[in-house]
Amino acid sequence: MGKNKAEKVTDDKVEVDNGDDVWWWLICRSIGASFLCISVFALLVRAAVSLHPYSGAGNPPKFGDYEAQRHWMEITLNLPAKEWYHNSTINDLSYWGLDYPPLTAYQSYVHGLFLRSFDPDSVPLFTSRGHETYLGKLLMRWTVLSSDALIFFPAVFGFVSVYHTSRSSSRKTDIVWHIAMLLLSPCLILIDHGHFQYNCISLGLTVGAVAAILSQKELVASVLFTLALNHKQMSAYFAPAFLSHLLGKCLRRKNPLLEVSKLGLVVIGTFAVIWWPYLHSTDAIFVVLSRLAPFERGIYEDYVANFWCTTSILFKWKRLFTTQTLKIISLTATVLTCLPSMVQQLLAPSSKGFLYGLLNSSLSFYLFSFQVHEKSILLPLLPASLLALEEPRPFKWLTHLALFSMFPLLCRDKLVLPYVALYALFTLLYHAPGRCSGRSKRSKTDYSSVASIMTGLLYLCSFILHIVYLTMRPPEKLPFLFEAVIMLLCFSQFMLFAFYTNAKQWLLSKHSTTVKEKKHI
Amino acid sequence: MENQNPPNSTSKLLLWFFSISACVKLLLIPSYHSTDFEVHRHWLALTRSLPLSNWYSDETSPWTLDYPPFFAYFERSLSLLAHLVDPRIVDVHNGLEYKATSVIYFQRISVILSDLCLVYGVYRLTKNLEVKRRDLMWVLVVWSPGLMIVDHIHFQYNGFLLGWLLLSISCLQEGKDLMGGFLFAVLLCFKHLFAVAAPVYFVYLLRHYCWKGFVRGFGRLSLIGAVVVAVFTAAYGPFIYHGQIQQVIRRMFPFGRGLCHAYWAPNFWVFYIILDKVLSFILRRLGFGIQIPAASFTGGLVGDSSPFAVLPRVTPAATFIMVLLALSPCLIKAWRNPRPGLIARWIAYAYMCGFLFGWHVHEKAALHFVIPLAIVAAQSLEDAKHYFMLSIVSCYSLFPLLYEAQEYPIKVMLLILHSILMWLGFSALFNDKSVSKAANKKKGTQLEVKGSSERGGFVMGWVGKSYLFGLLIVEIWGQFLHPYFLGDKLPFVPLMSISIYCALGIMYSWIWQLSQIV
Repeated sequence: MGKNKAEKVTDDKVEVDNGDDVWWWLICRSIGASFLCISVFALLVRAAVSLHPYSGAGNPPKFGDYEAQRHWMEITLNLPAKEWYHNSTINDLSYWGLDYPPLTAYQSYVHGLFLRSFDPDSVPLFTSRGHETYLGKLLMRWTVLSSDALIFFPAVFGFVSVYHTSRSSSRKTDIVWHIAMLLLSPCLILIDHGHFQYNCISLGLTVGAVAAILSQKELVASVLFTLALNHKQMSAYFAPAFLSHLLGKCLRRKNPLLEVSKLGLVVIGTFAVIWWPYLHSTDAIFVVLSRLAPFERGIYEDYVANFWCTTSILFKWKRLFTTQTLKIISLTATVLTCLPSMVQQLLAPSSKGFLYGLLNSSLSFYLFSFQVHEKSILLPLLPASLLALEEPRPFKWLTHLALFSMFPLLCRDKLVLPYVALYALFTLLYHAPGRCSGRSKRSKTDYSSVASIMTGLLYLCSFILHIVYLTMRPPEKLPFLFEAVIMLLCFSQFMLFAFYTNAKQWLLSKHSTTVKEKKHI
Repeated sequence: MENQNPPNSTSKLLLWFFSISACVKLLLIPSYHSTDFEVHRHWLALTRSLPLSNWYSDETSPWTLDYPPFFAYFERSLSLLAHLVDPRIVDVHNGLEYKATSVIYFQRISVILSDLCLVYGVYRLTKNLEVKRRDLMWVLVVWSPGLMIVDHIHFQYNGFLLGWLLLSISCLQEGKDLMGGFLFAVLLCFKHLFAVAAPVYFVYLLRHYCWKGFVRGFGRLSLIGAVVVAVFTAAYGPFIYHGQIQQVIRRMFPFGRGLCHAYWAPNFWVFYIILDKVLSFILRRLGFGIQIPAASFTGGLVGDSSPFAVLPRVTPAATFIMVLLALSPCLIKAWRNPRPGLIARWIAYAYMCGFLFGWHVHEKAALHFVIPLAIVAAQSLEDAKHYFMLSIVSCYSLFPLLYEAQEYPIKVMLLILHSILMWLGFSALFNDKSVSKAANKKKGTQLEVKGSSERGGFVMGWVGKSYLFGLLIVEIWGQFLHPYFLGDKLPFVPLMSISIYCALGIMYSWIWQLSQIV
């Protein structure tokens, strides 16, 4: 009886809470039910995006990322693991050679098995190159869909349930909104289900690791993050944050050395399991490692909105320095820009600070590291979306810029229609009616009117640039003029953003210490 | 209620719902489309390039114009725009089977925009309603999976036409009978399949609008008669003038098509056919010399000979009488007590009768009753349970429309999403209600009393649950187990089992509705 009463009381509370809430029908049940609903919608959107073309569709001889993934399935399925990264007559590495860590190779192998059982023509060695059929495309798309549903979605659910139990001020509507923001991130959907990649796996593993850290399970977190690192080496963008946060936490325990060595053993163990086929000789390891770090491709490619590419308008980096010096310069720059956020986490590790740390370290990697691709903006975007409730407006701004910075790439893939539709969907969901009037008031005070006019102007600029890019042809002397302008705009904003979030992270520790001091008094 | 939510903020939410669905519809542009796409493209070309007198006699393409004139005018007005987009779309000869991006984008986007009519219809219908019921109705209608499948993947303009129907119903509910009748007459000139509800309209309007004393009543009768005649003249007048009217009617009513479509709509005739098969099988076993009919239902189109071995042949007239008979309880009720609050139910019931007993019914016609029923779905717990079952079954019966593998996850997810939304929404509405009702028992309207007597909230009974679970089994059998075990043998079984299984649910729903009406 007592329990019954308690339930009724909470029911009443919920009703008072939802009195004027338009989302009453979505949030009446548990968060799990709302999550289920949104995730089915998110899967529907993904399936709809996957109807569109992929990168390099019908474009021989090299095709695009789709063919690369399919080729890896072909290689991993037909060759022994030792041969996967080894250039030979049966494995021509110049044609989409495997350049991701072994976990990607294993994933390709599993997906290759799936493809072979339904469409045997799509994965035999040599003969399947450039294989493009209705069924083949469908099966490939379904492998991405299922990886997303099996890895990214549960990870997001785990994160949301951990994050919002620790956060006392979340209303149910906020949680639902946050889930929608995480699951319907337009950039991730466009790249994975449009362009064709498996970012959902490495990002999902990272989100899982973040959730584990927030729930104080450091060992699980290290395993998950090591897995993410072994799926895509780009996950290293987050490594400084994980490292500094875990180290900072260990140093505060009774027995720091033991804690650190426990974590270290777990990481090394996970690495050893994944790299098992290559552990028989150092040569084999170096062969794989050299595939993972393609320094010969230069410090930047295409028109990525990072420091090296943007400043190359003024300094021709590639001509001024050798690749060797550039490697060192870019490494130093990345480490230096990471340092402030790392130091903050070492001194005062906190959950919120960790999320900011993830954002800051991935941003500095995106802006300053060697060989960055446009698509790498997905990595800073992930922690930004994890922080969406803390920083709603900056999150929206970053999503906008990230989409914009990938616009030329997606245009090439003929994905303009899903780009527009997903952008509209994101904006609609972001501005969902009846969403938390309380917070918008608070953030209004944060945002001065000058800043909002500035962002308004920038929105207008980017809108015009979109139109110009689609309709006009650049002058013949400067064929990449529009790309360069887009890159400049995005880079300037990314830099501002990096300053802002770094400052935020440092203010965080100041704020918390002042709160503590107040409590002491 | 209007004080709580000013109109502009409420319509904002509705527009938000619409925009969300529009984004998904935009993403669905490259999906599979049926021959209806080419049908509508050809109609654009036809109405643009040929003189009006040839619209219904042209035979350039097998997809001749077989909708009433207003739809032809609608296509004509679209074709003016289409001509600006790409002149080849409206070319009668060069445009045949034209599949360029321009035509796909143009036609798909025209369907998306014409759905605004549906949005306006549902807005009119719900603007004076309690906030929660209204929100739920919007979710059910604007995000209807059936409309998504039929209009935005398969390709048709049902959303737009159902919007007219909802507008007409909203006028009747507000007591604007003349306007309601006028809108319905217009709708009939868009698509004559909507005529099934005409008897209900006739009886209701006669009784509710015209039955006001002799002189006033006669005046009103002649007024409404004049309005209907005017609408029909506007539609058919030009064709009468050109001496084309017989041709128009021949095109609109192609009775040569047979009782059932290639894929049987889940209606009464499914049982009739099955009974015939079973009887002939038994009689043959018993030694009677039963001839196997030359035309079989499983083979597709039906010719002139009777497809039945034992049971009497069904003629269009017989189906017509069956529909009227099934309708009669509802008509009597409407005559005795014409209540505006019940008109949506009656209209939905009429379409259901037409669907169950009609001639050459297409499974897409299920939308005609599912959408109007959504309006009454939130009125009571029993309605909600019934609608939950019916909309899932009717949406599932649309699955064979999209037979390609590419759309498979999409249609499945549409149905699952719809079921989850209904489950969440109904349980929020009715479980909440039971709590709040304990707090304030002041309002004692009939519906609320009904709601409070049914304790326990929104839970399906075990029969309903096991029936819906059976859908899953039918689907798994048809999609995976049947091809795996039987291969190419008995290829008609998966589709037939869908028809039969869905027909069970729809028959149940019909009986339930009938019992509600009586």
